[in-house]
Amino acid sequence: MAGCSIIVAGLTGCVNIAAPDKPIVIELNINIRQEVIYRLAADAANTVEENKDIF
Amino acid sequence: MRSSTRAAIAALALIGAVAVPAIAQQRDPAYAAARASGKVGEQPDGYLGVVGSADSATQRLVDDINIKRRAVYADKAQKNNATLEAYALSAGCTAVLRTVPGEKYRAPDGTWQTRTNADPVRDNRCPKVGAGDAAD
Repeated sequence: MAGCSIIVAGLTGCVNIAAPDKPIVIELNINIRQEVIYRLAADAANTVEENKDIF
Repeated sequence: MRSSTRAAIAALALIGAVAVPAIAQQRDPAYAAARASGKVGEQPDGYLGVVGSADSATQRLVDDINIKRRAVYADKAQKNNATLEAYALSAGCTAVLRTVPGEKYRAPDGTWQTRTNADPVRDNRCPKVGAGDAAD
């Protein structure tokens, strides 16, 4: 940030971009996965019931 | 006499045919005992885990079950156009939920918990209890 102010001073000013608090990509990934889990939930529950010997 | 013997054999064969799949649906006694004693528990990833330090017999038991589970997951995942991992996680949601009080399950933070009458702590991607998930 100090380097930014030295180089950019006198040109257009310094725009500070704060890093997002949360990793956005991972957050999105979780949402997609959750949709998949919801889609599979009923089938997976049946699978568990149909294979009681190993669950 | 002869026909009654034959009928008895036929009846036995019929019982056998019906009973065998039912037996295959029961947990192996060693597996049932390991669950009840808390040596093994359900993990959020859909696989069975060893609680604490594993003796070789328990490890073998868990490996055997997990290999079978993985084969089932792979087959079902393909049929449902999903990844094996996603399908396993979905099954894990159900498997953790259907543990009974006293059995062990692994919370999303990795700690082993003992199931109580309260809902288990599950992966937050799991469908909420009563929202299409089999709770029995």
